[in-house]
Amino acid sequence: MTLATHWHYWVVIALMMTGLHIVIARRNYVKKLMGLSIFQVSVIMLYVTMGKVAGGTAPVYVMEGEGHDAVPNLDVVYSNPVPHVLMLTAIVVGIATMALGLALVVRIKESYGTVEDDVVIEKDRAEEESLES
Amino acid sequence: MTELPLEAVLFVFLLVVGIVVGRLRNLFGAAMLTGIFSFLSAGLFTLLTAVDVAFTEAAVGAGISTVLFLATLALTDDTERESERSWLAIGVVSLTGLALFFGTFDMPAFGDPDAPIHHGVGRHYLMHSWDEIGLPNVVTSVLASYRGYDTFGELAVVFTAGIGVLLLLRSKAAVMGAKAKPIPVRSRAPYVREMPIVRAVAKVMLPFILLFALYVQAHGDFGPGGGFQAGVVFAAAFILYGLVWGPRAVQGIAPERMLEGGMAFGVLLYGGVGVAALFAGGTFLDYSAFTPEHPSHGQHWGIFLVELGVGITVSAVMVVIYFVFTARPRPRLPKRKKGALAPPRLTAVPELPVETPKEGSS
Repeated sequence: MTLATHWHYWVVIALMMTGLHIVIARRNYVKKLMGLSIFQVSVIMLYVTMGKVAGGTAPVYVMEGEGHDAVPNLDVVYSNPVPHVLMLTAIVVGIATMALGLALVVRIKESYGTVEDDVVIEKDRAEEESLES
Repeated sequence: MTELPLEAVLFVFLLVVGIVVGRLRNLFGAAMLTGIFSFLSAGLFTLLTAVDVAFTEAAVGAGISTVLFLATLALTDDTERESERSWLAIGVVSLTGLALFFGTFDMPAFGDPDAPIHHGVGRHYLMHSWDEIGLPNVVTSVLASYRGYDTFGELAVVFTAGIGVLLLLRSKAAVMGAKAKPIPVRSRAPYVREMPIVRAVAKVMLPFILLFALYVQAHGDFGPGGGFQAGVVFAAAFILYGLVWGPRAVQGIAPERMLEGGMAFGVLLYGGVGVAALFAGGTFLDYSAFTPEHPSHGQHWGIFLVELGVGITVSAVMVVIYFVFTARPRPRLPKRKKGALAPPRLTAVPELPVETPKEGSS
């Protein structure tokens, strides 16, 4: 049955498309960046769902024994740690680049007086025409 | 699977919040909803056993990014103009979605332990990291040691983004060291610091947040946590302080010069540990070279220092970004229509529709 085994991926794709639609269809730059952050979280979610092992626990060793003699129980099923590592750094990098994007939006507002995509394009076009004539 | 219904509920919430963020034209509300979106996804990550990811998402998405969105809204507009429905956009999105949907049929079933992803290095890390590194948290071993190059690169990206924001938004006044003009008392909304309950709660919480950040930094080897999460939590404490007492109060504790130094110092510490490993006779970022007779001791030291570097840079970058956004002078706004919602202000309470004292009458 594919529904039972694959529905996680499908919901994640639906989430991803919600974000993508905001990025494409909305004119407001701040809104576009919000869409981008939704898109980013969904991509992260896709990776994390792939790293999950059925019945597995978090990839932190279950220790057996006391103090210095403790050894990890390797028979316990753990989820795959690799996607977790890649994604947790991606989140922090994501917020840093998001801040950069928001800084650009602030500068656009200061020079154009607006953060709406179509108005910015219109103003650019008007300026070009006035330069040509 | 017992956790299945809860996962499904969270997914439904996420979808609803995502759609509402798209439709809501009040950007102030949309920014708060993106915070909720992050919190819900952090819950989902926990159910998917990605505890470190969940931790980071909760701290970053629900904490810092909401503050950044609000800071941007204070400098731009808080309402979005209506955009017409674009069938082209809907078409592109549905086509992409369909293509991805068909792509999933080639993917292994969810949770399949024999999936190709689990055969590569992931298995090696799980089976051998105790002998090679000796830390209970495999995620930390992979992050700081096996994939130390990656993490160094990511840290450099965070640093570069911080520099980029500084270049774009640092106002001339701040560069020249001039003091910003205080906002005249008459025109400003009451600061949060004039509200006793918020002040008291913030004051009680601050030491615990800072202590928690240090715990997360030090305990990353044994449980979820590490430099990235600790850095963000640390920064969140400073930002909370700034939200309540104003950004200038934070600058009294953490001057911008110090923070800018911290941004660079963390990256240098990380790289320096790598170079020190070279001098000790190993390869770049091979911490075992520090103590050849007992490799895992060297690994512990290396990971500790590297995580410290990550924590310092991440927290400094986040606080600097917050400073730069709040120090930017607000553009002169066109006169607002009567009854329109005031744009949110970061150091002040958004003007609630409670008391609007009329001039001339008391």
